[in-house]
Amino acid sequence: MVERAGRALLSRRRRELLLGAVVLALLAALPLGVSGAYLRGLIVLALLYAGLSQAWNILGGYCGQISLGHALYFGIGAYTSALLFTRAGLSPFIGMFAGGLLSGLSAFLVGIPCFRLSGHYYAIATIVIGMMAALLASNWDFINAAQGITIPFHGEAWRNLQFRTAVLPFHYVMLVYAALMWLIAWVIEGSRWGFYWRAVKDDVTAARSLGVSIYPSKLAAAAISGAATGIGGALYAQYVGFIDPESAFDLSLSVLIALPAVVGGIGTLWGPLLGAAVLIPVQQLSVAWFGSAAGGIDLMVYGALIMVLALSRPEGLVSFFHGRARQEAVDHG
Amino acid sequence: MAEPLLQIREISKSFGSVAANVDISFDVTEGEILGLIGPNGAGKSSLFNIIAGEIAPDRGEILFAGQRISGIGAVACARLGIGRTFQVVRSFDSMTVLENVLVGAFLRARRTRAALRRAEEVIAVCGLAGRSDTVAHRLSPPEKRRLEIARALATEPRLLLLDEVLTGLTPTEAREGMQLVRDLRAQGITIIMVEHVMEVLLPLIDRAVVLNLGRKLLEGVPAEIVRHPEVIRAYLGDRYSG
Amino acid sequence: MSPALILQVAIGGILMGLLYAVVAAGLTLIFGLMNVVNFAHGALLMAAMYATWLIHRSTGLDPLLQLPLVAALLFGTGVAIYRVLIARTLQIRVNGAMVQIFTTFGLSIFLVGLAQLVFGSDFQSINASFLGGRTLAFGAVVLPLPLVASGVVSLLVFLALFRLSRTEFGRALEATREDFEAVALIGVDRDRIFGIGWGIGAAAVGIAGVLLANFYYISPDVGTNFALIAYVAVALGGFGSILGALIAGLVIGLTEALTALVVDPSLKQIGIFLIYLAVLMFRPRGLFGKL
Repeated sequence: MVERAGRALLSRRRRELLLGAVVLALLAALPLGVSGAYLRGLIVLALLYAGLSQAWNILGGYCGQISLGHALYFGIGAYTSALLFTRAGLSPFIGMFAGGLLSGLSAFLVGIPCFRLSGHYYAIATIVIGMMAALLASNWDFINAAQGITIPFHGEAWRNLQFRTAVLPFHYVMLVYAALMWLIAWVIEGSRWGFYWRAVKDDVTAARSLGVSIYPSKLAAAAISGAATGIGGALYAQYVGFIDPESAFDLSLSVLIALPAVVGGIGTLWGPLLGAAVLIPVQQLSVAWFGSAAGGIDLMVYGALIMVLALSRPEGLVSFFHGRARQEAVDHG
Repeated sequence: MAEPLLQIREISKSFGSVAANVDISFDVTEGEILGLIGPNGAGKSSLFNIIAGEIAPDRGEILFAGQRISGIGAVACARLGIGRTFQVVRSFDSMTVLENVLVGAFLRARRTRAALRRAEEVIAVCGLAGRSDTVAHRLSPPEKRRLEIARALATEPRLLLLDEVLTGLTPTEAREGMQLVRDLRAQGITIIMVEHVMEVLLPLIDRAVVLNLGRKLLEGVPAEIVRHPEVIRAYLGDRYSG
Repeated sequence: MSPALILQVAIGGILMGLLYAVVAAGLTLIFGLMNVVNFAHGALLMAAMYATWLIHRSTGLDPLLQLPLVAALLFGTGVAIYRVLIARTLQIRVNGAMVQIFTTFGLSIFLVGLAQLVFGSDFQSINASFLGGRTLAFGAVVLPLPLVASGVVSLLVFLALFRLSRTEFGRALEATREDFEAVALIGVDRDRIFGIGWGIGAAAVGIAGVLLANFYYISPDVGTNFALIAYVAVALGGFGSILGALIAGLVIGLTEALTALVVDPSLKQIGIFLIYLAVLMFRPRGLFGKL
């Protein structure tokens, strides 16, 4: 029989799931209230990054391994799907599966040398490996090197994940992606792996003394995180219709993937979504407002926002809600 | 006579030019409380870490339930049934008490509900029931010590290594701590305790091994230990010899 | 491929390597002192290059003569970064390391944006400097004079850094990095030491920026590549080791030049990355790192 504290934990998880369903419903209804292709496009991007960042969060947040090379997995997913679609005519649904598999495998392989390092050493190793991949990609003729791949229009169909008319279908595609990532994180939070990863993040020696194998734990987190990121990459390729090493492998993309989780709340269920909801609009709107007239201000706004949020809210935007959530937990107890 | 639960055979370990342990051998019988005592720098912590698998000895071997465990690593030791606490507490600071203990409970229970039951049980045993939802970094130092014991207990150990768990407690807290140790032994858990405050330790333990300068000075029941002239000189100092 | 060409490329690589080493030294100094990685290091290099360009354009002062000026400017910038941003991150108890990483990343993005706003995205360069365009010939080996000068100045920087470690301030640095709580007890102001450490680290990048501005194009994201090389150099040489930075810089400069010569100029960084991978596999904390 699970006693009081355990019941509180389980019911907290049920409440999260319920909240998740409510938020999902609201986001599904969002296009009703938002017209205009631009605004809808903005939301599509925010949802994509909420999903990507949640994927990153599995390794970076729950397991505590700050990777700054996730563009590598994004790029592998995007390129695999795009190549299979353009050269073999395979549906992106097969492509994202293959891409996810390949990027998961890559994350595993990258982890083998890198998880011998920790902290800053690990972060720098992921940067270097990511940039190495970017360099290789822009010199590899088989994937069109620096020119990139333009994905031809094969006809409006869900099978092709291509839609001529509007961004609306992609709203639901990205929403499903973000929701799935959220659900994966929710399952992880309540599972043995999730607790093991958080233990690894907090104290490696103590974790070992409780029978937690550190290296395999990190590798597992990396593989899942990498695969989930690769699927997002495949979706991005199909949405935008064009990828090149600059847009799919760059360090700035790695940072952009990590940032929503960092800003929203690292290692939390709602952090990535919250962070993406703030960061992506700020970034996109400042590009739109300042981008042409006064290039650079967009980056300054973006950079300043990162600094201010990181310094003033080290636990992320979710900490605004924490006080109340913890209080609730006590009240129910 | 039954085989000892733990057999320590001629263990030596050096860190650089410092010999932490030299040729240490002793046995631990199932169900006993053994005290590991000695002044600072005697090699207690090093030996503790070797038994727990956190560090590998340079020479010698350790058998646990007849199986060689020296050099197999901390994770494998935990799986075989060796639990431990740390001299400088190592709680998972971002997690609640319940979550901390769950990590330990997941070693034997694969499913969350089963792990929760186990965790709640040991939290109650360790007197932390009211603190389940508290994030670990908010606990008081004595509570953190209890949390470490609870976490180790959750792994269902046969042998529990307690590193200075009674140090720095008020007399009341120390009495409660001693009672907890006795209760654990009553459940059939074998215990090795490191402590350098002898007064707390002596009434609690069945036997003691005294280390000094990395070597085993002697082993015996508490009454023998306190009478031994070398112990008095090396460890107890003037307070006892006077 | 003539021996003279190989020799020329090799010497060129070593001279470039010295410059890389100075950038890496700034990074490793800060890391060794307080375990913080400055992800805005490349942006500081970029800032120093633009400063040199701007001063040159508005006053005509030769880059070489600007060395003390820009170094002082960057010293001040380093101290300011420490005071305004880094000192705050040290107060943070939860996620402190993560906040440091992303604060310096944010700073980097901010500075690149600022450069874009002020100078535009076009490439700039300093055309009419004292050293510009001149070469130095030893038989068949011909070297650009700006590169030779940058090598000489870089060596002087290292000489100064090594001397610094033997001064009283150097010992205070050393003590602070060993145990800053203990140092506080004997009256050393931690913030002052750390601030000066950031100042010196940034000043090193400043000097590298001036030297580089003599013969390299200047753009808002020019720092990215140099920062990347600096990370590799620091990882190769060992985090916190000035000597390691020097040797790693030389190894990288030489590798890069020879890869460009033997394989292909566009792949010159592959050689560096392969070295990095080897380090990762066999000596994860670098050649001179504390393991």
